[in-house]
Amino acid sequence: MAKSDFEVPELTKSIELPSLKPGAMAHLKSFVAQPAHQEPLGFPGELVDNWEQKAVDKLRELLGKFRSLQVYLDACVRCGACTDKCHYFLGTGDPMNMPVARQDLLRSVYRKYFTPAGKIAPTLVGAKPMNKQMLDDWYTYFHQCSQCRRCSVFCPYGIDTAEISMAAREIMDHIGHGQKYTNEIIGKVHKIGNNLGLPGPALASTLEGLEEDVLEETGADVKFPIDVEGADILLVTPSADFFAEPHTQSLIGYAKVFHQAGMSWTLSTHATEAANFAMFIGSYDQMHKIANRIRKAARDLGVKRIVFGECGHAWRVAYSFLNTLAGPWDFLDPKYPVPQHICEVTYDLIKRGALTLDKSANDHMTLTYHDSCNVARGSRMGDMPGGQMMIPREVIKAVCGKYVDMDPNTIGEKTFCCGGGGGLLTDDLMELRVKGAMPRMQALNAVKESEGVTHMASICAICKAQFTKILPYYEFDMEAVVGVHQLVSNAIVLGTKE
Amino acid sequence: MSTLTVVFALLFYVATVILVGGLAFKIAQYWKTPAPLKIPTTPAPLTQGGAALRVMREVLLFESLFNSNKWIWLLGALFHASLALVVMRHLRYFQEPVWFWVHLVQPFGAYGGFAMVVGLFGLWYRRIGIERIRYISNPSDHLMLLLLVGIGFSGLMMRFVARTDIISVKAFFLGLMRFDWRPLPDDPFLIIHLTLVALLMVVFPFSKLLHAPGVFFSPTRNQADDARERRHVAPWAASKDAERPA
Ligand code: SF4
Ligand code: SF4
Repeated sequence: MAKSDFEVPELTKSIELPSLKPGAMAHLKSFVAQPAHQEPLGFPGELVDNWEQKAVDKLRELLGKFRSLQVYLDACVRCGACTDKCHYFLGTGDPMNMPVARQDLLRSVYRKYFTPAGKIAPTLVGAKPMNKQMLDDWYTYFHQCSQCRRCSVFCPYGIDTAEISMAAREIMDHIGHGQKYTNEIIGKVHKIGNNLGLPGPALASTLEGLEEDVLEETGADVKFPIDVEGADILLVTPSADFFAEPHTQSLIGYAKVFHQAGMSWTLSTHATEAANFAMFIGSYDQMHKIANRIRKAARDLGVKRIVFGECGHAWRVAYSFLNTLAGPWDFLDPKYPVPQHICEVTYDLIKRGALTLDKSANDHMTLTYHDSCNVARGSRMGDMPGGQMMIPREVIKAVCGKYVDMDPNTIGEKTFCCGGGGGLLTDDLMELRVKGAMPRMQALNAVKESEGVTHMASICAICKAQFTKILPYYEFDMEAVVGVHQLVSNAIVLGTKE
Repeated sequence: MSTLTVVFALLFYVATVILVGGLAFKIAQYWKTPAPLKIPTTPAPLTQGGAALRVMREVLLFESLFNSNKWIWLLGALFHASLALVVMRHLRYFQEPVWFWVHLVQPFGAYGGFAMVVGLFGLWYRRIGIERIRYISNPSDHLMLLLLVGIGFSGLMMRFVARTDIISVKAFFLGLMRFDWRPLPDDPFLIIHLTLVALLMVVFPFSKLLHAPGVFFSPTRNQADDARERRHVAPWAASKDAERPA
């Protein structure tokens, strides 16, 4: 087991409801953004004067801009249906990690300043002023929400805590109290072009290296093109795919699929990042800016289609928001939806029999699949509701012989978060990440014991990065997490099709 | 005309104005506030018609609640269904002649009153007895239950213990509607019942009872999943298109 100075939850037979441990996670705060992280995004460097009032003003502005926020702050009846649905509550027992309690942090301020009831009888309705204590609680607990939206599935009004935590983070950024991890990364996207800060030349040599590796291993001359004008497909993928394991294995998978199907494709140095971390801080402006890099890259290269690689929230922003933020896409080939997910492309090819696949290459594994939150609950693939659950599974089943699903209450739209989404994938929040992964680990452990599952596939860069890090805490091998296209890569038979 | 009649007549006019005006204001606010991004919780229907159906399933069957917690669903459904029945039954106090289906509802209405109170006590029990729900409850959540139980209880008392002259009650309300005031019977349970109902009407637009209109405006439920097919640009965001690089 990895060493830790906190208690790692034990994996029992089933997920048990914790008893309430008030304040259990109050100590855990991610690093606050410094001026160097704030200012490039146009946010104040540090807490501004009169921030209490400015926070309230910002809330007023957001209430007028987002129907979700206005309705969700009013509509909660405190029925409690969401209280046992958050993986962070299940893993920590801190009552502030119950979705409704988290929302109430913002709601109590809303009540105080914007509702007659909160002005007349604050204690009756739980209205509270915006003050230092409140800001501290906001910072702590809105950064203990991975914006996974599991609670929104179960709320009778579809109240989406992610929307509320995004609004709170947007407000905090605007008064100069942002989070270092996310804002630093957004700064890198603007400055260098991707989240990891990989400059163009480094990228080109990485891709060359990959070409050599694949050639050596398979004897096939699979290309990893970048900035090729006039290519048909622009591939946009998380920057982790360029250098981190197991992510790179999936990138090799995409390249082999394109190669084998004879599709012309390219990456772009100007869009070397699929991720759009601006969603985590609820900033429409930043999201718009980041999304439009992709529009520009597609225009400049003159491509016909855009395909996204394996990344969960990137796919949510791509599927649900790209058309709105960066469309219309009338300069692309209307035959294809914009954008497409790599799983859709591969699934299509498999269905048409365009790929030769040798399942036995994955015989050493028994697979299960982890639905990523932003894919399962925030986007789609294919042309039917739930396609995003079906298509990756079909791809996996086409490339490996042994596949098992985890407990149905923990997959599909009810999937449990990996514990690291929503801008929480930072070492300062390790305790939260480990504890929040408990429900997922529990379900994984169950199929490990009953069905001999050895590996869990995923199509999200954050899930993959999070799992490699936290699996050892639960006595799993860190290599037990694999990418879907890593499996495809193993099974695909290169060369002329018989 | 007795003071009682005058007071209650005015009370109900004021309460009605607050209820209707307040709700109209909130609905207009929800309506006017843009929803700048497509955020349906998936898997979501692909068409607007499908999304409307989804909302109706939430309103009529409490579909999501059923999937989250069977006890809350059962008690919540029991309370809301009986409330609906009771409200339908009460329509007869406002009509002459009474619609035919309102007649049909009458015999069930009485059971509805009991079921409503049972449902409310069940919900209240959870709010007190279950640690998590106790933690998230505000005083107003308890007061709301108290108010509703008070309405149900006083109503049942009038029906089964100290019968009220309902002919006069009906005359009073028909009179109110026609601005031709008739005396209200001076009857303790009726007074309690009507006072609490007026109070409920007044707090409705300022309380969590806004979940009633809110459920229709929830973007996670009422949006169709068609983001790739259609742009969805909010008026305040449209100008940003001009700022982007060509
Ligand atoms: S399920 Fe929805 S309405 Fe119920 S307490 Fe949670 S957020 Fe509020
Ligand atoms: S969105 Fe996810 S992390 Fe946030 S409160 Fe809801 S269930 Fe918890």
